[in-house]
Amino acid sequence: MTPIVEAKNLKKTFGAFTAVEDVSFHIVKGECFGLLGPNGAGKTTTIRMLYGYTPLTSGALKLFGEDLEPNLRKLKYRIGVCQQENNLDPDLTVLENLQVFARYFDIPKSEARTRIDRLLEFFALNNRSKALFTDLSGGMRRRLVLARSLINNPDLLILDEPTSALDPQTRQQVWSRLLELKKEGLTILLTTHYMEEAYRLCDRLLIMDQGKVLVEGKPGELIDRYVGREVLEIDSPDQKLRDFLISQGYMFDDLGTRLMIYNHNCRELFDAIEKVFDHKNCMLRMGTLEDVFLKLTGRDLRE
Amino acid sequence: MIKALFPKISRRFLRVWQRNLTVYKKTWKVSFLPPLMEPFLFIVAFGIGLSAIVEDLTYRGIKVSYIDFIIPALLGTTIMYNAFFETSFASFVRMRYQKTFDAMMATPLNLEEIITGEIAWSATKSFIAATLMIVGVGILGLIDNLSILLVPLLALLGGFAFGATGMFFTSIVPNIETFNLPMFLFITPMFLFSGTFFPLETLPQWAQGIALALPLTHLVRLTRAATLGIYHLSLLGSLAYLLLYSLFFYPLALKKMQKRLIK
Repeated sequence: MTPIVEAKNLKKTFGAFTAVEDVSFHIVKGECFGLLGPNGAGKTTTIRMLYGYTPLTSGALKLFGEDLEPNLRKLKYRIGVCQQENNLDPDLTVLENLQVFARYFDIPKSEARTRIDRLLEFFALNNRSKALFTDLSGGMRRRLVLARSLINNPDLLILDEPTSALDPQTRQQVWSRLLELKKEGLTILLTTHYMEEAYRLCDRLLIMDQGKVLVEGKPGELIDRYVGREVLEIDSPDQKLRDFLISQGYMFDDLGTRLMIYNHNCRELFDAIEKVFDHKNCMLRMGTLEDVFLKLTGRDLRE
Repeated sequence: MIKALFPKISRRFLRVWQRNLTVYKKTWKVSFLPPLMEPFLFIVAFGIGLSAIVEDLTYRGIKVSYIDFIIPALLGTTIMYNAFFETSFASFVRMRYQKTFDAMMATPLNLEEIITGEIAWSATKSFIAATLMIVGVGILGLIDNLSILLVPLLALLGGFAFGATGMFFTSIVPNIETFNLPMFLFITPMFLFSGTFFPLETLPQWAQGIALALPLTHLVRLTRAATLGIYHLSLLGSLAYLLLYSLFFYPLALKKMQKRLIK
């Protein structure tokens, strides 16, 4: 089967700065694919290349089996994009925002109305169709942008940080809508730095940093591979405990006041530490995608 | 020919134009007032106030009252301001603050169509403003010649020229405050010295030369010909000037916008 997206060795430089280097991936039909990475990792640049906003410096990009650049216009009819900012028209109502967008896709008026009613219903905005953008809450604005990105019944939905700056309730609601869309067979590409979001929504994902791909795989597999099922966190360990761990051959990440132990039989170790050291600051928990992410991209602050 | 010159632009630019019309329709009750009211203000201040001290003047050998002399100037400057404001301040707000262009870029529209739609809209605003102003002039009973009805057509051409100019500045200014520079150094001097409120001939020769290089001079020549019904061959030169001026600034605005936004 032809992949929906086929990106080969994508590269983007801005002057001397390389924003994206040698990024390759593919997305098959019905899949939700995630692009993860800290700020400045090149996620947005990558997806901007995907909808033709940013020209490639080098590499090859195919959508629905066709080369992007020569077929850009035609292909853009088939993708829906939800950008990071809520770039809605502040002068227009909810309904008008969607109508104006429908015109950009040459959707006839009556057909647009049918789709808009359905989308407003789907995103629980049907009571707000006459509201001005300025009267909407942050969550409603986000839902409206999402609704707008679906106006052309896209075969590929591109979401750039769809839930950043949303409260937990709204985020959950957006997730459930996205999961429904996924169930209907929509192919989705999303960028995020919420690991929980990636874990819940993505079938496969790619972690990138400083423009390069670090790893690619299924969320569960990546957790197994890089941190293991269980993670042991030890808060304020003393030297004796450190010596013990080293003598037993345990590898740990030393964060100064905290040790993280991955990829071992952590339960056994947890019991041992508790018994021998009476250490109450030990926490045994499930490994998460966040552990993978931090392990691979480091813990330094990104500006 | 247009297709050959601008291969990337399809009729889709009308969608962008239509978007601006949709927004305009929401605010028309406020937007249509200034052009309708402006002639009243100017005509009271300049016409009635100044007429008392300014005698009739001679324009191309014909005696013209001061009010009749400045009506075409008001039309010309309105055309200039409406289009220039639209593609400078208003387009900049859409580009920078509302991210309207970004949103459009994710649809089948391309940047050239977006910019063309914006400029076409600015010309439309000039058209609307000029038409409303003619209505205002008519209400005041100051229409001398029915060829004043040609002015809306001139508004489309002049509006396009000044709209392209505004868009050119939008493509290069670092922030919205910077528009004060072209306003102060280009638009305001034109407003005053383009044969608008006094005949060009009263200026020293060198200043006349500068004025002749400015687009508003030519636009006002054309609007004055229409309102007074005085035609002469040099009008063709003015028409040609505005066309060439547009053909210079329009592609330049497209190119500079491309450079600014596509990275």
